[in-house]
Amino acid sequence: MIVGEQKPIAEIKRMVAPYKKLLILGCGTCVSTCFAGGKDEVATLASALRLAFRAEGGEIEVEELTVERQCENEFIQEAAAGAARNSAVLSLACGAGVQAIARRFGRTPVLPGVNTSFIGVLERQGVFTEECIGCGNCELAVFGGICPITRCSKKLLNGPCGGSQGGKCEIDPETDCAWQLIIDRLRVLGQMDNLRTYIPPKDWRSSISGGPRKLVREDLIV
Amino acid sequence: MNPEPQSGLQRVLSEGGFAVTAECGPPRGGNAEVIRDKGRWLKGCVDAVNVTDNQTAIVRMSSIAACVHLQQMGLEPVMQMVTRDRNRIALQSDIMGAYSLGIRNILCLSGDHQTFGSQPDAMNVFDIDSINLLRAVQTMRDEGRDMSGYELDGPPRMFIGAVANPFADPLDYHVIRLAKKIEAGADFIQTQCVYNLERFKEWMRLAREEGLTDRVHILAGVTPLRSLRMTQHMASKVAGMDVPDSVRKRMAGAPRGKVAEEGTRICLETIAELRQIEGVHGVHIMAIGGEEKVSEIVEAAGLTPGPAVA
Repeated sequence: MIVGEQKPIAEIKRMVAPYKKLLILGCGTCVSTCFAGGKDEVATLASALRLAFRAEGGEIEVEELTVERQCENEFIQEAAAGAARNSAVLSLACGAGVQAIARRFGRTPVLPGVNTSFIGVLERQGVFTEECIGCGNCELAVFGGICPITRCSKKLLNGPCGGSQGGKCEIDPETDCAWQLIIDRLRVLGQMDNLRTYIPPKDWRSSISGGPRKLVREDLIV
Repeated sequence: MNPEPQSGLQRVLSEGGFAVTAECGPPRGGNAEVIRDKGRWLKGCVDAVNVTDNQTAIVRMSSIAACVHLQQMGLEPVMQMVTRDRNRIALQSDIMGAYSLGIRNILCLSGDHQTFGSQPDAMNVFDIDSINLLRAVQTMRDEGRDMSGYELDGPPRMFIGAVANPFADPLDYHVIRLAKKIEAGADFIQTQCVYNLERFKEWMRLAREEGLTDRVHILAGVTPLRSLRMTQHMASKVAGMDVPDSVRKRMAGAPRGKVAEEGTRICLETIAELRQIEGVHGVHIMAIGGEEKVSEIVEAAGLTPGPAVA
């Protein structure tokens, strides 16, 4: 999923201050799963904002709404009336959702309430880890299912650097060395020979280096 | 490997000499005198001098420029190049430029992560890794082509080096990694500082068993310890370093005022042992912050720079 984190309330307050009527728009998919921008977070943030402005003698009218996905027009449509009624939309979706909303409601200021962190997994309650940078050309098969491009701090393709010690990364003793994980896993799988194979430089064109990406599925276009 | 050596270091090694290299860090600024001072200390006592590339991710004078300053003084530089700061376009371009300036040795590394450095807010590059860089330099030299396959007008004929850490875990894997670096183009290897001789010997034994020592020149790294503080720092703070208790005890047990002397003694003993190990073709003396001491160590160790055959 896309993992995100709600922005600090002080920053949100500064951002929404110029507007008297605000729609806080949640997203029911990824950011809901990671407790950053789902229905519950919308409600909590709405109360916090109302209280904060009231405490300072200010006033803000806050409307709450959560749609299933802010990255799909079908669901975005549900927010049209709310967006029209308010002077701004605070979207709690990932960056893609915020932009999709801004694109759809061209005359309404759309503000981001969440910092999009990464594509990751829920490691355990409250802990999320990055697992994929979306490079556009998955090579997990050679690496025993562990991505060195995402999880090695130096994106090394041909083995660990000299800073790997005790299974940890040199940049942070809390971070696993991706290459240690890869070596351990290949050992278990009996695929240590993969480590002898030279991995050529990555073709980054399928990643962000090729400019904004677009996926066209002719078979699905109607 | 280069058919006709253009590198003095290559000549020394190919003629069976025991090579001595040292290290020189460029200054944090444009003052070339800093480099020249270090050059004066090292001149005549080493076969080549490694010039670091923004070591520990601290912004410094470029390795290429500092190499040229040393070269003008008659020293032979080994240009270190990390993949942290430049993409493949800039790396290849700088290798061609360095060659055009007379630089004949390169050491390929990935580089310390920028979060350790003076500007941790920088974006890193890591477009390719150190092994990809080795292969790129080898292809430029041996096939005369750049990474795209384009034929070069004046291929850079570099003597190619890589680093190895015999103390990193797991040991068996790091021998595989050494093989991979040789396969990708490494002609010589400079290792992490050796304090744990037993572990180093074990690594060398595995390398010999794989036939690797016949295919590459291994220069063992040494760093004389100068103080208890430095010993402590090397033992606990430097990534990939292995300082055994026996060394720490010797340093701690040295009489007041004689600690640095003890460090030098340990270094000399280490060099003497390294010279006995089959497959070790030289030492790389990293006298961190003590370049002026290198000549003393070289002399006391009885090492003489230059080819074995006079």
